[in-house]
Parts: sequence; C-alpha cells; structure tokens
Amino acid sequence: MPQPLDYLKETASQTAGPYVHIGLIPAMAGFDIFEKNFSNVLVTPNTQGERVTLEGKVIDGSGSPLRDVLLEIWQANAAGRYNHPADRSAGALERDFRGWGRGGSDFESGVVTFETIKPGGMTDKTGRKCAPHVNVWIVARGINIGLNTRLYFSDEEAANAADPVLNLVEPPVRRKTLIATRGERGGKVVYSFTINLQGSDETVFFDV
Amino acid sequence: MNAQAPALRDPRLNRPEPFTPRDGGFFQRDRSVHPPAYAPGYKSSVLRSPRQALLSIESSVSEVTGPVFGHNDLGPLDNDLIRNYAKDGDPIGERIIVHGRVLDETGRGVPNTLVEFWQANAGGRYRHKKDTYLAPVDPNFGGCGRALTDDTGYYYFRTVKPGPYPWRNFVNSWRPAHIHFSVFGSGFAQRLITQMYFEGDPLIPVCPILTTIPDKDALDRLVAPLDLNASTPFDSLAYRFDIVLRGQRSTYFENRTAGN
Repeated sequence: MPQPLDYLKETASQTAGPYVHIGLIPAMAGFDIFEKNFSNVLVTPNTQGERVTLEGKVIDGSGSPLRDVLLEIWQANAAGRYNHPADRSAGALERDFRGWGRGGSDFESGVVTFETIKPGGMTDKTGRKCAPHVNVWIVARGINIGLNTRLYFSDEEAANAADPVLNLVEPPVRRKTLIATRGERGGKVVYSFTINLQGSDETVFFDV
Repeated sequence: MNAQAPALRDPRLNRPEPFTPRDGGFFQRDRSVHPPAYAPGYKSSVLRSPRQALLSIESSVSEVTGPVFGHNDLGPLDNDLIRNYAKDGDPIGERIIVHGRVLDETGRGVPNTLVEFWQANAGGRYRHKKDTYLAPVDPNFGGCGRALTDDTGYYYFRTVKPGPYPWRNFVNSWRPAHIHFSVFGSGFAQRLITQMYFEGDPLIPVCPILTTIPDKDALDRLVAPLDLNASTPFDSLAYRFDIVLRGQRSTYFENRTAGN
C-alpha cells in the first residue's frame, strides 16, 4: 500500500439558485444595501482601448432564454495584460481597469450586457499567440457547477484561426459557438453572443 | 497536513529558492466531488445541463489570474448581517457567527480573497422580488454580506440562522436551512459557488439539490458543525465552515517565456 497523499479535497459546488442576485447584485433583487456595488461596467473614463458592448443570452435545452442567469467576465486590458500579479507579460498595466465584471440577465428578455473594452491578444507561456478573448463564467438555478466558456471576436479571423484553444475544439464546426458577432448600434460597437447550454449548436464549455 | 510546503529546491543549483510563485496552473478539478450537470432529481438541471463533454484546457494566464479585491471595495458593515440592513431594530432570529478559513487543496490559506454570502431570513423568506413564499420579510434583515479573508485565509460574519423554505420541485420539497457562498480565490479557475448547511438538520438527507453530490464525504463537508468555542456567551452561537479551493502547482520546468 502506498502512503496516502495529504491533499485536501475541493469544496463541492452547489447551484447559485434563483435568488443569486440577493448576494451578488442586490439592486436586481430589489433593494439597496452596500455602499459600493460590483457591476457589468468595466470601463472608467480613463480606460484605454476600444469601447464595446457585449450583449447576449443564455438558452436552455428547450430554446428558451434563462432569465435568472448570472454571468461574470474576466479579461485582459487593451494591451493584453491581466490586472493580476501572476501576469508578468510586457503589456502596460492599468491600475484602474480591474478586468472583471458581473451581470444578471433581464428578468423579462434574458439579455445580459457588459460595457467593456476589446482586450488585446496575449502570449501564452509556451510563446504562442492567443486571440483576444473574454473568459465567461455562468451560474444559475439548475446549473450545479459554474460553466466556463470564452468569447472570441468575429473581426479577428486571422488571430482566431491561430488560437491554441480554439484549435483544440473538435469538431471544428463547434468553434463558431465561441465567436461573438460584431455589429453597430447607435454609433456603438456591440458584440452579440448566444450561449446554448444544450442541444444543437451547444456552446463549447471548458474544464479549465 | 502540511501547513507550509518546504522551500523548493532548484536541482540544477542544489540550493533552496527563497520564494516561488505558484503560477503553474491549478490542480485538475476532481469532478467526483461535485454534482454532475445533469441531475434529474433536481428538475431544473434537466434543461440547463450540457450534453457534450467539457473540453479540458491547460491553465494559461487567462485561468491562473483573476480579479483582485481590496478593502476599498467593502463597507464597514458588509460582514454584519445583523446591522447592515437594520432600520429600526435587530432582525428576528437565532443570532449566529459563521467563521472559517478559505484554504486550497495543499492546505495553504488563501489570503485577501473575496467571500460573499446570501440567505433567507429566519422564516425562510428571501428579500427578492421573485420570492412569493407566504412567510413575511423581516424589515431589519437584508440577507447578504461579504468579507475579505485575512493573511491566513480566515473570514467571519454575523447573521441570523436562516429558516427552511418550500420550493417547486416535488410537491413537498423543502430546502434545508442554508447560506449561499461565493468565493473567488487567486485565479478565475478557482471560482466557486456553494451552500453551507447546519449540523443536525433532518432536511439535509432528503434535499434534491444537496444530494446531487454523489460523494457522501463531499456532502458532509458542506455541513457546518456547531462551534461552541467560537460562540459569544449570552449573544450568539457559532458555526464553523472551512472552504477548500483548488490547489495550485508551481512552475518547475515548463518552456516559459517569463522566469519563475
């Protein structure tokens, strides 16, 4: 018998439930409690980079939008640098761009939006170029453990074609589930995305 | 358990390195301790669970990094649910302290990480526009709070013990008393939402959400024991809830562009 290793076990996940807003977005639950609230707006007037809106829905296996879903995004700044000490790449760090935001879907339409900037591409630890992308984490009633996916950008075709993560997606036809579509509305850039939890065109989810 | 891993030794130099950042990616998530996506006893998981396999990807800088929070993000009453929504008095209910440590799988405390929590009031009613349960809201109870762990990974907050409540799953489904937790860790891949339950609650073994967890020990670790040693005499009882996030590897010999 080998001696056992003494690692601890990760705490088990549980669903965020239908009232996740109470803890994470109290204004959506219908009350005001904290002096400072987190939000779906990542930019300040000083933030460098192209302002973009990410706008999308999460769809269940019946084709219906989730109207109680909560998304968080995590991304690099316009120079491709994450605001975290473990990113020691060369791009300039912006102290006031945290790179993280949280948004709940509208209770009627199911639409989730983020006001952010388009991130720069980065180089991974083996020296490969990564296409600009936003990491997305999805929790809701009925989701027992948060789902991880990524949003890439439809106007980055060359970078997407070389991206080491997109190239792991088999069959290749599924890669398009990770691409947000660039459009314009009222002079603002809007990237539209749909996250399909189940069925045909199911979005690629990662075990990160 | 190793409270502190020994300093890493660089075999080329045969001398200890003073400090090695743990940025080599996270331990692979052991999915056997987590509920499966598809758990038909919890009915709303049926349409909300992927049918395709997850795609495993190695940790890159995108996953090893995550948002950093500071005391500037929090208000002074954020970890005191007895006072942070008090309008004309204290909330009704059993006064309790919930405390514990956020650790990773190696047993190291996770310092300066954000822990958020939310819950129903003592009667099982949530302050949420979509909750229509007939038990009344408590005018002095909001039901949410947050804290940053200290240098050792320790957190605590004060609240009232939540009540069980019914929900539409089976005709007679009741949630055990529970507090929802959201934890960040140092990298976005450690992000976790879970629920804490209370020792001795007879609703625990019959809850269709809690019993989505296939591993009995993993389920038991979500049940917080009563901690009389941490209680405040003539004021509050206490429960202890430690949270374990994924461990993080060191970078040893990867073909990396930045030094360790």
